[in-house]
Amino acid sequence: MNTLRLSLYGWLMVLPAATLLALFTHIPVVESFVHSFMSTDKPKRPSRFVGLDNYDSLVADPIFWKALTNNLIYALGSVPLSIAIAMMMALFVNDKLAGRSFLRVAYFTPTILPMIAVANIWIFFFTPDYGLLEQILKPLGLGGNNFLGSNNTALLAVTIVAIWKESGFFMIFYLAALQQISPDLKEAAAIEGAGRFTFFRRVTFPLLMPTTLFVMVNALINAFRVVDHIFVMTGGGPNNATSVLLFRIYEVGFKYFDFGLASAMTVVLLCVLGLVALGQFFALDRRVHYQ
Amino acid sequence: MNSLTRRFFTVSTLALGLGFGASAYAADIELRFYYPVAVGGPITKIIDEYAAGFEKDNPGIKIKPVYAGDYVQTIGKALTAVKGGDAPELAILLAADITSLVDEDAVVPVDDVIKTPADKAWVEGFYPAFMENAKLKGKTYAIPFQRSTPVLYWNKEMFKAAGLDPDKGPKDWNEMRDFAKKLTKKDASGAVTQWGIEIPSDGNSLWLFTGLTTGNGVRINNAEGTKVNFADPKVVEALQYWYDLSKVDGAQPAGLINWGTTPRDFIEGRTAMMWHTTGNLTNVKNNAKFPFGIGFLPGKTQFGAPTGGGNFYFFKGMSAEKQAAALAFVKYMTTPERAADWSTKTGYVATQPAAYETPAMKAYAADFPAAIIARDQLKYAVPEMTVHENQRVTKLANDAIQAVMTGAKPADAALKDAQAEAERVLKDFN
Repeated sequence: MNTLRLSLYGWLMVLPAATLLALFTHIPVVESFVHSFMSTDKPKRPSRFVGLDNYDSLVADPIFWKALTNNLIYALGSVPLSIAIAMMMALFVNDKLAGRSFLRVAYFTPTILPMIAVANIWIFFFTPDYGLLEQILKPLGLGGNNFLGSNNTALLAVTIVAIWKESGFFMIFYLAALQQISPDLKEAAAIEGAGRFTFFRRVTFPLLMPTTLFVMVNALINAFRVVDHIFVMTGGGPNNATSVLLFRIYEVGFKYFDFGLASAMTVVLLCVLGLVALGQFFALDRRVHYQ
Repeated sequence: MNSLTRRFFTVSTLALGLGFGASAYAADIELRFYYPVAVGGPITKIIDEYAAGFEKDNPGIKIKPVYAGDYVQTIGKALTAVKGGDAPELAILLAADITSLVDEDAVVPVDDVIKTPADKAWVEGFYPAFMENAKLKGKTYAIPFQRSTPVLYWNKEMFKAAGLDPDKGPKDWNEMRDFAKKLTKKDASGAVTQWGIEIPSDGNSLWLFTGLTTGNGVRINNAEGTKVNFADPKVVEALQYWYDLSKVDGAQPAGLINWGTTPRDFIEGRTAMMWHTTGNLTNVKNNAKFPFGIGFLPGKTQFGAPTGGGNFYFFKGMSAEKQAAALAFVKYMTTPERAADWSTKTGYVATQPAAYETPAMKAYAADFPAAIIARDQLKYAVPEMTVHENQRVTKLANDAIQAVMTGAKPADAALKDAQAEAERVLKDFN
């Protein structure tokens, strides 16, 4: 009786959160899955079951493959770099140095800014002729670039923005983790004669592994999720050079109103993300040392 | 616990009851009207003022303007609301989206809403260039409201410095190319310090490209919106000309040119000429430190420009009473006086000849003659591409144009691919 009552309490406690999650996450996921096997509802042709038709069109759509490839490049480019930079920044501002708080705030600022504002700032950095980057590169004889307007550099440009935006956020996690590391370890290492680099490699880095795992999962998910700046900076162009999965889903779903195809793509995106998370937990969990 | 639950129930039933009560007593007709913001300036404030003015003149009708994002977001929200059985009464949506709205069976023809000969005269009072893509299969579905067209802007000081007549813009493609070459300046190291021309090519590349194709005497789609003409040799020639301005003449930056930063390039003196919407007139006028000229878009065989922008649409499912109220509101929003006011405040082209006869517009034009150029260009203007599955087909064209402008594909191959793909998308409509 008592346990029943207790578990009832438990369920009631999670009910509000569970309802919201179900309403805005789980039900839409199931619905997308169902819709991905249905044709798009049109006044003259109501929605009907079409089996794998949507997936067939997806496989035949070159822009889908382009978006998927772009997204992988975008993820591989932004995740390791933003993590490395975040770790370096955290180590730097964890040391005792003058103006430490100021630096911490400075590093964190990109995170506070809304992505749309960030994108607009970076548009002017990348602008041909008089953009910030051009003004630096021109005196070096490397001018004449059109970063957002050419096939070779547009994806790189939006990846850099993602790194710039994300690093400060991940730094906060590393900073918190660094402050958990006991100063005794540093003293012990110093007595043993370990240098700064050895200490980092053998002590700090392993102790930061749980944080790294957490940050990496988040960074990878964000690489598929945070694409606001692409809308502002390139609109997926030139010629789909910066189109990524989520952007393409939006385009197909809300510009073409082809909900069947968009649902199929959503299912693919969910599978990719699920695989990423699973892979990371299984492959990396063994290497992570929890204190 | 129990009493808490009971209290919660009492409170919520009470709240629900009150809610129903309140709406039952409201006798006002409420019109929800979705609109996008596509240009700079205090658009929401102006719209709210117009709505308040209408409510004052028409007691019993409440207007609820709903700002819904850009054009794509606004039609997305409107169609989602339609599917959810909660359509707005009115919306301002892209003129070129008429096919989507009709195919989705979301809107009613204006012909079914208007009742009197006076109403009919009102519909006939708008510029034909704007009405062309307000009609589909012989029926009128939209009323022009915020319409724009691109024009050529040139920097008179730079023209003078290059030995050109500062009061005359280029009249055709050849002149535009010659002028652009003369106006391009390089420093000692060979880096360009001043471009001859910029025709923005990112985002919706097709819009300005329609200016080039029309100037070459070719239409990009048929009137029924079922066929496109991408692979026509004249379309290929137009795209080649655009690309050559960069590649062969070196008078235009290579790669894609950003729509948003082009007016800034012009104001900062980085380019001597640009193609841009009249929606930027006020911006350039307020910020340029030099005298500038406005002219028709030069063509090869004729003048030509696209029109763009948004129209009013009436949604399905309104009662007759609501329809009458909606009609009254749209008429209020499109009177010559309001069209003139809207045009001078935003830079959109006034949608009817009568608006240019109003004292407000005459005073504005006397002070700023450039405003009249856009109107005069209308007789050469054609609607931006309007076909079934419009966004999808537009995207095909944009991808092809961008592939060419970035040097990834030659013009004829890119346009041929786009044509084949567009025919596949449109096969259900032929």
